[in-house]
Amino acid sequence: MNRPLRAVLSFSLIAVLFLFVGFGQSWSVALAIFNLCLISSVMALGVNIQWGYAGLFNVGTMGFAALGGVATVLVSKAPIPESWAAGGSDLMIAALLTLLTIGAVVFAYRRTSKGPLRNISITVIIVVGFAVVRPFYDPAVAAIESVNPAHAGYLGGLGLPILFSWIVGGLFAAGAAWIVGKIALGLRSDYLAIATLGIAEIVLAVVKNEDWLTRGVKNVSGLPRPVPYEIDLQASERFIGWVEWLYEGTLGAVSGADRSALLNDLVIESSSIFVKLCYSGLFAVVLIIVFMLSMRALNSPWGRMMRAIRDNETAANAMGKNITGRHLQVFIIGSAVVGVAGAMLTTLDGQLTPGSYNPLRFTFLIWVMVIVGGSGNNLGAVLGGFLIWFFWVEAEPVGVWLIDFATSWMDGSNPIRLHLMNTAQHMRLFTMGLVLLLVMRFNPGGILPETVHRATDQK
Amino acid sequence: MATDFLNALILLANFVIVPGVAYGSQLALGALGITLVYAVLRFANFAHSDTMAFGTMSTVLITWWFQSLGISFGPLPTALLALPFAIIITIGVVLITDRTVYRFYRSKRSSPAIFVIASIGVMFLMNGLVRFIIGPDDQRFVDGERFIITARNFKKMTGLDEGLAIKVTQGLTIVIAVILVIALFWFLNRTRSGKAMRAYSDNEDLALLSGIDPERVVMVTWIITAALMTIAGTLYGLDKSFKPFTYFNLLLPFFAAAIVGGIGQPVGAIIGGYVIAFSEVSITYAYKKFLKYLVADDWAPEGLVQLLSTDYKFAVSFIILVVVLLIRPTGIIRGKVV
Repeated sequence: MNRPLRAVLSFSLIAVLFLFVGFGQSWSVALAIFNLCLISSVMALGVNIQWGYAGLFNVGTMGFAALGGVATVLVSKAPIPESWAAGGSDLMIAALLTLLTIGAVVFAYRRTSKGPLRNISITVIIVVGFAVVRPFYDPAVAAIESVNPAHAGYLGGLGLPILFSWIVGGLFAAGAAWIVGKIALGLRSDYLAIATLGIAEIVLAVVKNEDWLTRGVKNVSGLPRPVPYEIDLQASERFIGWVEWLYEGTLGAVSGADRSALLNDLVIESSSIFVKLCYSGLFAVVLIIVFMLSMRALNSPWGRMMRAIRDNETAANAMGKNITGRHLQVFIIGSAVVGVAGAMLTTLDGQLTPGSYNPLRFTFLIWVMVIVGGSGNNLGAVLGGFLIWFFWVEAEPVGVWLIDFATSWMDGSNPIRLHLMNTAQHMRLFTMGLVLLLVMRFNPGGILPETVHRATDQK
Repeated sequence: MATDFLNALILLANFVIVPGVAYGSQLALGALGITLVYAVLRFANFAHSDTMAFGTMSTVLITWWFQSLGISFGPLPTALLALPFAIIITIGVVLITDRTVYRFYRSKRSSPAIFVIASIGVMFLMNGLVRFIIGPDDQRFVDGERFIITARNFKKMTGLDEGLAIKVTQGLTIVIAVILVIALFWFLNRTRSGKAMRAYSDNEDLALLSGIDPERVVMVTWIITAALMTIAGTLYGLDKSFKPFTYFNLLLPFFAAAIVGGIGQPVGAIIGGYVIAFSEVSITYAYKKFLKYLVADDWAPEGLVQLLSTDYKFAVSFIILVVVLLIRPTGIIRGKVV
């Protein structure tokens, strides 16, 4: 089967799946899945940029997505003046001292050569810095966290529109990726994987425990939305007018009290669908922009250089390509894309829940998307994002249904049946593993494998 | 003064040394498995901790079955009786994954990254399987005596203010770990299979030339690894409790221990296990009471004297891991960084 046909068929299959959900379950559910598919695709594009273009094995996706989530809080929540008054100045001093310590470490690193002198001086600077920062930091944190702890207890954000946070989330992730890349990119592939996995956990530990910044596991809820609220729509004359116009036929069949009850139901349902459609629009715009840029990058001289580095570092190095520099660059770009997606996800949720980040869902699942979709192929990554997220969500009801069917001969109160029905949802982890292994074994390029255009093809 | 010093020492022993040694032994056994797989199969096995959860789950289920039959092991946990059966089951499962998954990539001589991704697939499989069979919740399966010595008895015996409690599970962990490590080193250094394993790990081509059967070496490695991880998982489960997600989280401390010690080096894995365990416990321990015993009253510290809050306990091992990767990626005992 040729490649374009395969792509058309796969995406048609996804469209059909969504139609099934729409007619079978509800359009609201279908749109909810669709929105998360869009976000997953953006994340998968980010991972694809690192793994598919450059062969960088980054399993720290969760950390960068969490940074995007933090960005939404820091950008969109209103600042809390009481907290700033309580601990702001001490915290600023602590931050300044931390920066000075880091500066001193960098200075010491540059001015000394490898050996005991460097190790000792850097250790001393870190210990002294730690001892100097703590007296400012600890009381500041205690003061901030004691300001109205049930609702605030943190510094708040800047109070800007939440859409800005998507960009800021990308910048946060890019900044973190720069630091991580500087220190970890020299490692061989599986060491890099372990290091990034560890760094993601460190990032998450900070987000979970630094309550003054993100309220930690107490969550920040009620993030402002970039789209209208359902409740406002339901009260809006104009929206009700649209619904009346849209459902003219259905409404015309009934009259009186029945009609207003039906209209009320329709307005509630439509408002939820309308809000989800608004999100879909926003996410689709981001996905399209990221996708177009990725395609241009991949087919540019830069993209060819990246593939050359991926396929043979030594040869690329001999051609005068700066391997370390390019790796750092691609690592930052890919992480920034993941950061944007992380911010989008938190925006959609309307709250930041640090406890909900776990590497299976936020790192390894994204990897399954890229590998199954087709690493090195942007369209493949998007396809993987849609397909895998769809199965991830739908495997639960389908799994329960299958178990129900398979054990239907058992008695309703049979303990084995009850146990299986309870744990059926975990079959989706098993399914994901199976899909990943089967694709790797029998179709290593993924559903849509990488297409290599020779320079002569492009005329 | 002398009693103050003794009290301080016992306090430290109770809250840092005993838990640290027990946790360190568990980490060392886990890291040994990672290191053996790395040395022979040359990839970082991401499925290690989830396979460990599978092995522990087998122990838990067999233990429950034994308990329902009324079989017990006197003062020791029944789980010890169930352990050999669980090890056999785990060996079977691990060999099946090798046959169906890894062997294919071995024959193709795929890059380590491909092996790692395949092990991520296996990780998902095991994780799903464990949660499907036993559910995601905490399971207790410990029975028998709880303490070798309780804090109260210790106080009575010695007349000190501080008590030292040693749990049976902690004692067992340490004893079993020592026996296992001795057996493993005897195997690696004295037996034909062990020597073949080391030869294969040092130089694959040379080992093949001298007639070592690679598939046999790989099989032996998996069998040892499966036994080690089932035992490590069961000891950890007895000491704390069995919860699939906790086991998944142990993956990074294992990697940290293996890498800190020098990956591919069994001695390194053991050293690394204790380094990680003691750093986690000692950095997050509040030394206030300890210092109070040692210094004059008016010198006593006001704060908790805790370097990092206990929330960061897990992060400590990752920080050590990252620092070691940066400063000395080969680890304490120069490991195999291919």
